[in-house]
Amino acid sequence: MLAIEIPYWGQSILRVLGVMIAVLIPAGTLVYLFLFKMMSFMQSRLGPMEAGPYGSLQLFAEVGKFIQKEDIAPDGADLRIFRMAPYVVVLTVFLIYVAVPFGPDAVFADFQVGVFYVLAVSSISVLGILMAGWSSANKYSLIGGLRAAGQLIAYELPLVLAVVGVVIQAGTMNMQQIVAAQSTGSIFGWDGIGNPYAFTQFVGLLIFMIAVQAELTQTPFDMPIAESELVAGYMTEYSGFRFLLFFIGEFATAAAFSAVAATLFLGGWALPSSWFDQTTNAMNVIGPLVLFGKTLLLSGVIFWVRFTYPRFREDQLQRFAWKLLIPLALANIMMTAVLKVAF
Amino acid sequence: MARLPGYVKGLGVTLGTMARTITQGANTVQYPREKEAPPIRARGVIALREENCTVCMLCARSCPDWCIYIEGHKEKAPPRRPGGKPRTISALDRFDIDYALCMYCGICVEVCPFDALFWSPEYEYSEPRIADLLHDKDKLGEWMETVPEAPELEAGADKKGKK
Repeated sequence: MLAIEIPYWGQSILRVLGVMIAVLIPAGTLVYLFLFKMMSFMQSRLGPMEAGPYGSLQLFAEVGKFIQKEDIAPDGADLRIFRMAPYVVVLTVFLIYVAVPFGPDAVFADFQVGVFYVLAVSSISVLGILMAGWSSANKYSLIGGLRAAGQLIAYELPLVLAVVGVVIQAGTMNMQQIVAAQSTGSIFGWDGIGNPYAFTQFVGLLIFMIAVQAELTQTPFDMPIAESELVAGYMTEYSGFRFLLFFIGEFATAAAFSAVAATLFLGGWALPSSWFDQTTNAMNVIGPLVLFGKTLLLSGVIFWVRFTYPRFREDQLQRFAWKLLIPLALANIMMTAVLKVAF
Repeated sequence: MARLPGYVKGLGVTLGTMARTITQGANTVQYPREKEAPPIRARGVIALREENCTVCMLCARSCPDWCIYIEGHKEKAPPRRPGGKPRTISALDRFDIDYALCMYCGICVEVCPFDALFWSPEYEYSEPRIADLLHDKDKLGEWMETVPEAPELEAGADKKGKK
């Protein structure tokens, strides 16, 4: 659809730059907007105020601080694995964004099984965390890594099962077509706002968001990095740039999962097609902004929950996943299937 | 499930606090730019009224941190009445308080029998060099300007205090 021909290497460079922007800008926005400001406001504080107007340049100060620090590795560490682990975690985020559509043509790779790909790729970060925990030669890291593995595997199931409802309803695993189905759909014949699956799949959305919270090890589910007992879990031995990578990974993953949730449940980049034509070239510019807005909304909820609740105990956390979320997700799938056939 | 209302209430508390912070401002005071006035009888710094001091050393002896340094010498003063014998008095040479050691207990102020020591609410006297926290008697005398008026005595109390 583009008028100018770009050679393959040019396209590749543009894609790499695009993914970099898609990872770093939302991560930075999340850190400033939610971690610095929303958290402070919820505690009746002001947050950073000195670096730039309202502390808006604080992020650069933080990055500068981390880069200055020495890159330390423990004596007994498995050096190659230890150094690779943060990159594996960050790589996951890049891979998730590959399949998330930002506009009618603005998608890095339009997979037919996009949903499946995103969910499969998102669990690679468990490997990075296990690598970090195992290679650090530190008891705290090891226990943190194992807890993370146990938790992420437990919550991977409801995460996947919650999405199945959406896939059944849309009848496709292609994320572009899921977006299109929501944009052009109608609620009992009324197409004023399309048919975002947040209404029909609200149980799915709830389970998905809870599972995402656990996948991100955000606070009610932060046993793996419980600082009062495990120092910082699998991140204990990391410093400087590698710690920064884990930090970016945490917030970029939050943004990536929110973007996926926004695509699956809130209509993604598209606005309801009854408003205006959603396939025009202009949507390639508006679309990313729409998706960004929806992403911020969902990640705002994630961080709101994070700043509100205290930590779950390990057994409560596992029981919650296996005894409540998974049966609920299975029931949701059955209901969706029944209703899909009925209507 | 029975705890669900509590969870929702918790979310409301954080959201309400955020809304209050945005609309009415945070509890934070941005210190160097805006200042909170300390309470009028706050224990900020100890001031010395030099002419009241008799070098009795009670404050230095009662100080738990040994942060008060006093030196004095005897000298002759003119007699009280004409034709009388010249009096002997103790003159103050040195009165230092080391605020690097002081723990602001206020025992010296309590114990002073001649009303030479007073609390002042002034608190901004930090120094880049720790040695500069040793305030000599001139510096301690300057703090006298910031000492608030003594509070009203209770009804029926004997009026004895000098300040």
